[in-house]
Amino acid sequence: MAPVLEIQNLTHIYSIGTPFEHTALDDVSIRIEQGEFIGVIGHTGSGKSTLMQHMNGLLKPTSGKVLLDGVDIWSDKKITRQARFQVGLVFQYPEYQLFEETVYRDIAFGPKNMRLSEEEIDRRVREAAGFVGLTEEMLQVSPFDLSGGQKRRVAIAGVIAMEPKVLILDEPTAGLDPAGREDILQNIDNYRKAKNATVLMVSHSMADVARMTDRLLVMNGAKLAMDGTPSEVFAHSRELLQMGLDIPPITRVFLQLQEQGMDVPLVYTTEQAIEALKGGVIHA
Amino acid sequence: MLKDITLGQYFPGNSVIHRLDPRTKLLLLVVYIVALFMADGFISYGIMLVFLLSVIGISGVPGKAFLRGMKPLVFILVFTAILNLLMTPGETVLVHFWVITITLEGVVRAFFMLARILMLITCTFLLTYTTSPIALTDGLESLLSPLKFVKVPVHELAMMMCIALRFIPTLIEETDKIMSAQKARGADFETGKLMERVKALIPILVPLFISAFRRADDLATAMECRCYHGGEGRTKMKLLRYKRHDLLSFAAGAILLAAVIVLGQFSL
Repeated sequence: MAPVLEIQNLTHIYSIGTPFEHTALDDVSIRIEQGEFIGVIGHTGSGKSTLMQHMNGLLKPTSGKVLLDGVDIWSDKKITRQARFQVGLVFQYPEYQLFEETVYRDIAFGPKNMRLSEEEIDRRVREAAGFVGLTEEMLQVSPFDLSGGQKRRVAIAGVIAMEPKVLILDEPTAGLDPAGREDILQNIDNYRKAKNATVLMVSHSMADVARMTDRLLVMNGAKLAMDGTPSEVFAHSRELLQMGLDIPPITRVFLQLQEQGMDVPLVYTTEQAIEALKGGVIHA
Repeated sequence: MLKDITLGQYFPGNSVIHRLDPRTKLLLLVVYIVALFMADGFISYGIMLVFLLSVIGISGVPGKAFLRGMKPLVFILVFTAILNLLMTPGETVLVHFWVITITLEGVVRAFFMLARILMLITCTFLLTYTTSPIALTDGLESLLSPLKFVKVPVHELAMMMCIALRFIPTLIEETDKIMSAQKARGADFETGKLMERVKALIPILVPLFISAFRRADDLATAMECRCYHGGEGRTKMKLLRYKRHDLLSFAAGAILLAAVIVLGQFSL
């Protein structure tokens, strides 16, 4: 089956031809299949955000292609616009983009731009609100009367309501308390499972990406440094640390055990750790 | 993108022009503009131009920066030139065609008008390119301080200006972000009728205003935490003092003004 989203030799250079010229992405190629939950990690300025904004056509590649269902999203103006709806992008701190008088109308902004029928918009708004755990009464209040965490949910619902095939989130849990983070991650996963959608999530919390995702992309210095399952990526924990990235706390413990001379694998979840310790130490 | 707006952006540098007291630069700007309006002939305009070009040369600000700053004004420039070209009555008719009459006087007048506006804009840019916003407001505050005696809140005005200038880049960045976020939800700013386009701005303006108020609130709290209570008894970290090159600059300005006035007597 063709990948839902494919990035071919993507390069992006900002302010080309000025003294401020700066390469943000350098020859990046990625194939993304339907239904995957992908974590994107990399430190500030590694090109993560630039990469995300190429996936729904907000930025135009300096060279290279972005294919959505095998079609170049820049081949036609209409297709570029369609890409915005099929690939939903939730920015960092999305609650600052809310503007409508009621939560309902704010969530309906995306579907309205898609020119859907009234009933379809209504169905989508209610469904999206359900995914992020907003109650019926909340739909009629002003988004500015809600708490920070609730505003974030409204903003995410606003993108989910477009029912994108690919949902991209830039640090959806930044600045939330632990309970709120857990909820939002669960909401996102529920949406993915219900719609068989692909999710890409940028995060600095290694414990979250290790637990939630089944594939990790590591960006470093405008290049795609690693691409693999969490176990493949965290097996290179030492390199991740060298790049200035974090590793899950449990991996850190096991890395130190290794360094102390114990024969343990580099696990990345608590379950694996228990397994490894119960089994009385296995693989080298 | 919006970030490319360079109007009045400060170009850090260490030339004599950069190091001049901001008050000197402000006063000289006034002197130069007065001289520009008194200039009345090819020789005076020539002197004004040479003076301006040499100051730009000393400042080391790239000429491109000025050209880029002119771009949004091209329409006004062309409009002024054409208006002067067509509307000036005169004796020596060069072209007469249907209702259009172009006289020699018109050509000369259009040329001078254009030169005057161009130099006016350039010298103003030169001030903002070589003076940081903070220095500029400091200078203004100091120059306007006599107005305190007639109860004008000079310090408060200067502080407001300083804050406004400081937040322009921040707001531009914020606008960029909000625009991207709304575009990701399918907002369309480029097509549609006028009313549709105006309506399309609401999703940008509302969040922008909210964030501006939030920032203002945060800033006010931060200022209060540091015991800011207006201008009274407030001391400065950087005291403004006139130095030798300031005096030299004043002398140069005075000579320029005198020369233009004298030449003006002979309409040169």
